Amino acid sequence: MSSVAVIDYGMGNLHSIAKALQHADERVEVAVTSDPDTILASDRVVFPGVGAMRDCMAHIAERDLEPVIRRAAAEKPFLGICLGMQALLEESEENGGTRSLGLIPGRVQRFAPGLADARGEPLKIPHMGWNRVHFSDPSHPLWVGIPAESWFYFVHSYYAAPADPADIAATSDYPGPFAAAVARDNLFAVQFHPEKSQAAGLRLLANFLRWEPRTSS
Amino acid sequence: MLAKRIIPCLDVDNGRVVKGVRFVDIRDAGDPVEIARRYDREGADELTFLDITASSDDRETMVHVVEQVAGEVFIPLTVGGGIRTLDDIRRMLNAGADKVSINTAAVFNPEFVREAAERFGSQCIVVAIDAKQVSEDPPRWEIFTHGGRKPTGLDAVQWAQRMVELGAGEILLTSMDRDGTKAGFDLGLTRAISDAVSVPVIASGGVGNLQHLADGILQGRADAVLAASIFHFAEYSVGQAKDFMAAQGIEVRR
Repeated sequence: MSSVAVIDYGMGNLHSIAKALQHADERVEVAVTSDPDTILASDRVVFPGVGAMRDCMAHIAERDLEPVIRRAAAEKPFLGICLGMQALLEESEENGGTRSLGLIPGRVQRFAPGLADARGEPLKIPHMGWNRVHFSDPSHPLWVGIPAESWFYFVHSYYAAPADPADIAATSDYPGPFAAAVARDNLFAVQFHPEKSQAAGLRLLANFLRWEPRTSS
Repeated sequence: MLAKRIIPCLDVDNGRVVKGVRFVDIRDAGDPVEIARRYDREGADELTFLDITASSDDRETMVHVVEQVAGEVFIPLTVGGGIRTLDDIRRMLNAGADKVSINTAAVFNPEFVREAAERFGSQCIVVAIDAKQVSEDPPRWEIFTHGGRKPTGLDAVQWAQRMVELGAGEILLTSMDRDGTKAGFDLGLTRAISDAVSVPVIASGGVGNLQHLADGILQGRADAVLAASIFHFAEYSVGQAKDFMAAQGIEVRR
């Protein structure tokens, strides 16, 4: 039986993601945990998170989880979600500049104030709700079976800006394109919430639970 | 582009959906899980559960409802009604809710909104505002409590801005003048609040037909529209509402 660890570091509600993983594959063993041994013994790792980057990095430091996350990210199929995607980059503008894990080159930026949509109406921040996602490479194993331009559910005020366009696995528009997903080797991360994105989200999670990437180590 | 959202609202009393649901394909009209599944299939963008249970002793029932729904329906869930403490919020989020809606508690203790946003993040804190028009020229609305019976003297626009400053991630705006009338949203109120705050606004109160939903977006500039009875009594499906809105040029998820 395969297993997946959802890293619990005190940033947000992980029950939704655990329930969605279980729903995506009823045979998989889902653990919501901060225990390094459990995380490193799992076949796959999900790195979720909501909230602010400074709190995220502080909570990781308090629990001494950074080495565990780095090891899991080097060795296992690894899925970052929302803040868990942003934390993979080098630095975030949030909280006056916060260093993050640096596993993907690039920065995390805030949506500029005063943005307007095509009708000229001001855009709200956070970017909250369902938006279409354009896959860079529809043949990536995590997009398999998901129709092009599917809708996914987003809630965020900051977005990742990877330095290397090759790391961008998908984009969405608000109002211009931003990275909705990044991928590099065994790392995959999404800005949206697959656990709240109905059929498309569940399929992405099911794809992740079957994914056998070549690891970078 | 970001879609405008349609949010069916379910009033739940002691674990049962009230106001009657008349879907022919639903065996148990009061079962929140069956109704949630039905709305999910129809394409609802989110669901809101309003706990109207009178006794706080029975609130645990709502926790079980949320647990059951969250195990089967994978779209955002908001729970409102009786959210007064950080522990109330924690229990609902742990049960699988994505957001909680704070109403009266914010009026009596605005700092509660700040504490909640700091603890759980603004993305899960919705502040519900019940407003009534108190002057036509210039137009002015005030916050009312106790189902629209008690005035507070608080100006609705200023109050909404204050709630956002304290950390509200979204505003659920209900016109107490229109609630239950089927005469349409108070578009002046909706527009005034939507233009005054940086966060998304959900329009509520008064929907009687599909044009009302479209008007809430196009004229009220709401980011989402919430309705109860037009969906519960199967007058319209969520899918029909989306087709109607799309025909008027509104971006919807279909």
